[in-house]
Amino acid sequence: MPETTDYSFNQKHLLGLADYSKEDIEYVLEQAKTFREVLDRPVPKVPTLRDKTIVNLFYENSTRTRLSFELAQKRMGADVVNFSTSSSSTKKGESLKDTIRNISSMKIDMVVVRHESPGVPHFLTRCVDAAILNAGDGAHEHPTQALLDMFTIQQELGAVEGKKIAIIGDISHSRVVRSNIIGMKKMGAEVTICGPKSLMPNHVNALGANVSYNLEDTLQWCDVAMALRIQLERIEGATDLFPSLREYHQLFGIRMDHLEKYPQFTVMHPGPINRGVEMESEVADSDRAVILDQVTNGLAVRMAILYLLSGGVRI
Amino acid sequence: MKQAKIMSEEDVNRTYLRFAYQFLEPHDNPSEPAVIGMQTRGVYIGRRIVSIIEDISGTKPDFGVLDVTFYRDDFRSKLKMPEVKITEIPFDLYNRDVILVDDVLYTGRTVRSAMDALMDYGRPRSIKFCCMIDRGHRELPIRSDYVGLTVPTHADEEVQVKVKELDGEDAVYVLKGRGTDA
Repeated sequence: MPETTDYSFNQKHLLGLADYSKEDIEYVLEQAKTFREVLDRPVPKVPTLRDKTIVNLFYENSTRTRLSFELAQKRMGADVVNFSTSSSSTKKGESLKDTIRNISSMKIDMVVVRHESPGVPHFLTRCVDAAILNAGDGAHEHPTQALLDMFTIQQELGAVEGKKIAIIGDISHSRVVRSNIIGMKKMGAEVTICGPKSLMPNHVNALGANVSYNLEDTLQWCDVAMALRIQLERIEGATDLFPSLREYHQLFGIRMDHLEKYPQFTVMHPGPINRGVEMESEVADSDRAVILDQVTNGLAVRMAILYLLSGGVRI
Repeated sequence: MKQAKIMSEEDVNRTYLRFAYQFLEPHDNPSEPAVIGMQTRGVYIGRRIVSIIEDISGTKPDFGVLDVTFYRDDFRSKLKMPEVKITEIPFDLYNRDVILVDDVLYTGRTVRSAMDALMDYGRPRSIKFCCMIDRGHRELPIRSDYVGLTVPTHADEEVQVKVKELDGEDAVYVLKGRGTDA
């Protein structure tokens, strides 16, 4: 029991899983279990953050992550302000630094930020003294997604440690992959990334995962197959990187016959799914897929991290 | 630091037995009172009382576990966020007579949070409170329906209720002159 150890959670921000130790990650996941239970209560709401004001700063489109963060905040009674670029003064030319300093003058306790440039969350920690949560910065990290993926694996397979996890698809444009590799390796899992060569980053070995270019081999090996979305918006001239979506699906899409041939693996996807590209529509709806559990778990994980970072007294 | 044992294992067990009969007393049906233990030591105390009720009546009352961290009003005054523990209430609270069990009744703030928490689970017919030690110093208008022992204390003293499952013994101690607030 954590009561008898001298571990204590000392993080002020969640910028990326690179800054979190194995113990930190385990602690967040452990706490997420208790928040998962809150969601099943008749009144799925607790007053824990009722004295906190949180701003969601989304410089990039998002449905799942933004809704999930906002719901998590409201489930804990926080006051929530939303900011998105399309309806803000960014269009009038206000810089990020000015925006955040103005917002912070309105007495904000926490900032959830998504931005297309890597490093923006780090930059914000130097501008304001609120707790900063990274909700995705460019192709760098997306820590809450990795936390919820690991939480889902814990729930479905009992543990992350010792599991064989395959991440399939667009590796080079994915921040989910980076956070997941960092987190899962810290937790003792073995990770293989799989995809066409043109969607692998240049120094692919630096990621610290096994690399495979063959889907069949990978699916035969893994306990979890996590397909990534082909990020058409980040790939300029997508067809320069692979001939067609149809060909991509034939070589790297998960199909129903894979599920029959290799009965051991669980299917995950961070969403949104391009049905018929990363996987057949039937695969996404099959009982081997835990994609919607991932979404529910995301809420619990985000509640846990918001709680832990909301802090005690200010010093 | 001076330490005084104010209840022995025998005393504690006798009190559990009394609680069991007191819980049963107002009810015709032994399964009627629902017992909820508050994290952490209240859970073990509650479980003990429930198993005695089962021995006496042959029926095991409903038992749940409650963690009130989410509802506390004082956690911001601490430097670290307290760890949240599991809450598990595997039965419907609607129209039940609920007895909350905790180890020590002090300021009354934990009990206040527990009542808020219970209301979010359903609408019990009544809530009663049972504690092993009432040490005084209430900050809210709250009293206990069932008390093991009332002990007048100083604010700088600490009351420790030990349970076999966690601490290796059943006993109650008062620690004097700790100098800090528990």
